Amino acid sequence: MTFSTAMTSLILKSSFAIGVVTFVSLFVLLAIWLERKVAGHMQDRLGPMETGGWHGWSQTIADAIKLLIKEDIIPDAADKPLFKLAPYIVFAGTMASFAVIPFAAMLIGADLNIGVYYLVAVSSLVVIGILMAGWSSNNKWALYGSMRSAAQMVSYEIPIGLSLLVPIMLAGSLSMGDLVGLQEGGMHHWTIFSHLPFALIAFVIYFWASLAETNRTPFDLPEAESELVAGYHVEYSGMRFAMFFLAEYCNMFVVAAVATALFLGGWYAPIPFLDGPDVGANSSMLTQILSNGIGFFWFTFKATMLVLVQMWLRWTLPRLRVDQLMHICWKVFLPFSFVNVLLVSLWIALRK
Amino acid sequence: MTTRDVDLPVGLTPEKWYEAVDAIESVHGEKMVLQMGPQHPATHGVLRLELETDGELIVKATPHIGYLHRCFEKVCENMTWPQVVPYTDRLDYCGSMNNNLGYVLGAEKLFSIEVSERVQTIRVLVCEMNRIASHLVAVGTYGLDIGAWTPFLFLFQAREHILDLFDELCGGRLLYNYIWIGGLSHDLPDGWLKKVRKFIPYFEPRIPELNSLLSYNKIFVERLANVAVIPADLAIRYGVTGPNLRGAGVAWDLRKAEPYSGYETYEFEIPVGRGEVGTVGDCFDRYIVRVNEMVQSIRIIEQALDRLEKMEKDDVQAAIPKTFAKVPIGELYFRTEATKGELGFYIISDGKQKPNRLKCRAPSFCALSVIPEVSPGLLIADMVALIGSLDVVLGEVDR
Repeated sequence: MTFSTAMTSLILKSSFAIGVVTFVSLFVLLAIWLERKVAGHMQDRLGPMETGGWHGWSQTIADAIKLLIKEDIIPDAADKPLFKLAPYIVFAGTMASFAVIPFAAMLIGADLNIGVYYLVAVSSLVVIGILMAGWSSNNKWALYGSMRSAAQMVSYEIPIGLSLLVPIMLAGSLSMGDLVGLQEGGMHHWTIFSHLPFALIAFVIYFWASLAETNRTPFDLPEAESELVAGYHVEYSGMRFAMFFLAEYCNMFVVAAVATALFLGGWYAPIPFLDGPDVGANSSMLTQILSNGIGFFWFTFKATMLVLVQMWLRWTLPRLRVDQLMHICWKVFLPFSFVNVLLVSLWIALRK
Repeated sequence: MTTRDVDLPVGLTPEKWYEAVDAIESVHGEKMVLQMGPQHPATHGVLRLELETDGELIVKATPHIGYLHRCFEKVCENMTWPQVVPYTDRLDYCGSMNNNLGYVLGAEKLFSIEVSERVQTIRVLVCEMNRIASHLVAVGTYGLDIGAWTPFLFLFQAREHILDLFDELCGGRLLYNYIWIGGLSHDLPDGWLKKVRKFIPYFEPRIPELNSLLSYNKIFVERLANVAVIPADLAIRYGVTGPNLRGAGVAWDLRKAEPYSGYETYEFEIPVGRGEVGTVGDCFDRYIVRVNEMVQSIRIIEQALDRLEKMEKDDVQAAIPKTFAKVPIGELYFRTEATKGELGFYIISDGKQKPNRLKCRAPSFCALSVIPEVSPGLLIADMVALIGSLDVVLGEVDR
């Protein structure tokens, strides 16, 4: 590789990284506003209306500024280095996932050949951050929250992993690009519909388990407001708290994006007619941008719809208890996903 | 093991107790003391619970009260007889009308005052509306405790209607000072009864809506069934009354047992816990009794409205004594069924302008005292469910 191509690739990669960070920040701003609006309308009220212009769109921006200029309080008895580090680990773990999210055919940060594996691995990093936050706060409620979170996230990674195995086995690849590429050509080619009923079962298990992974209702035990006050981030304030908040909403998008990529056809439109123009080796720049832009639209649209479902569930359902949470994971999700994996492998073997 | 040698707490079967103790002992963990409250979202005010926990299991729970103590009884000794009424508002601030009524009926008995039938009917009407408002808070915040946000706001909307009606009636939305010794502070405003009439068809569909959204939600039922069972004998021994006692399956309601203010003339049922989804006296029974009581309150309101619409307008302050100069000497205990249970006032008069002693028996206090008995073996999340299901209002506990 010559120096100039290396430089070009470096510039491309870093501009992509900057693009992802910008997209994530914008998405979080939108998601928090959306959550408030969804909550408001579900509860027969309006949600934010006063701050900013149309339907209170700048409410989240005002909140972000408030959090930025707030005093940063660190408890006296806290383990300070760990306390300061924890939010960044949580945030970094979540942001690292974006490297393999396939926004469009050419909009993948790094189309690793072990993409899904990498994703599962880096998202486990979040647990460490949460444990650090809970432990270093030197607060019993935070400790309870982080212990619950560790137990919950570690347990739920198993059904998540097993249900992700189903599309991986069907595609025979761990690369995100390959996994999506195989789902081209309309809704009936999407994994979730092309391999009924196995992929559908896997999708349902994945979606529920991912709610536990992101600490959302009905699995929001680590930060259960009415039980643990705020759980692991009870002692955090200002920007450090905002980091946790940012990570939570990023995580919501990540799990929705993974579901979109693996089960719901990724960047492909439901009808092939709505897809962007085909891109060949000698297509013009404009065609490439148009094609990827439309792909990006479909991908974010599907993922945002899943995020909306997560919000919908949050404002409808009560919260489970610790033992019930573990019961669902180990006695319901795990056997079902295991049997599902076995059946899929049997099916693949018979098909050959 | 020493625990087996001591007497079992009432209401716990030996099996359940040993099971809980064994579960705790088997871990051999170090106990951790957790201060739940006084600033905690689930303690509904400023209750402090000292929890001795082993992991998530509660070994021992001790409620500490007094954060809202404001010397209600002592203050009353320095107030003239009618001046006490506003102070009763602050007892159980969710059910102020019922508190007014309890004290006022006691004082009227002391002064031998008879009020007109219309005043009695208005009192019943506002008390039952107030009961619905109070139960809406109880049920709504209970949903919040279990993690469901939306029902809370749905129910508060309905409560808002009642508060608006009270606002029009007496100018107060939370603390009313409406029921006075010998009468009422204001007569009904013109057209007010029609507005109450309109409220009924608005509110009635809310109950099935609540049941489908929250009460029989699978997760909600799983969280409450068989949790923190308070059996009838334990409840009676601790003096637990109101929906908490009825949730244990005892059909004891002072409106039926010792009717006052004309309650004997109304048709209504006493909802009791039947162990629909678990054991009789569990959290779900206490919850569902409140929901069903709202339906019965609506029945009473309808009957009261029917009567009031037929009655001639009279002076609601006709029976108020011009002066409270001649005070009979004596002592009496008068109890009413307030929203949380038996609200009793023990009044001692020595013939002076002010009560010699005024003792208030608050239902929430008794409900709270049962917590140490039923909490061993619960999880922290169950503790939240238990406190919420008892529906304690700290203003009444601390007085």
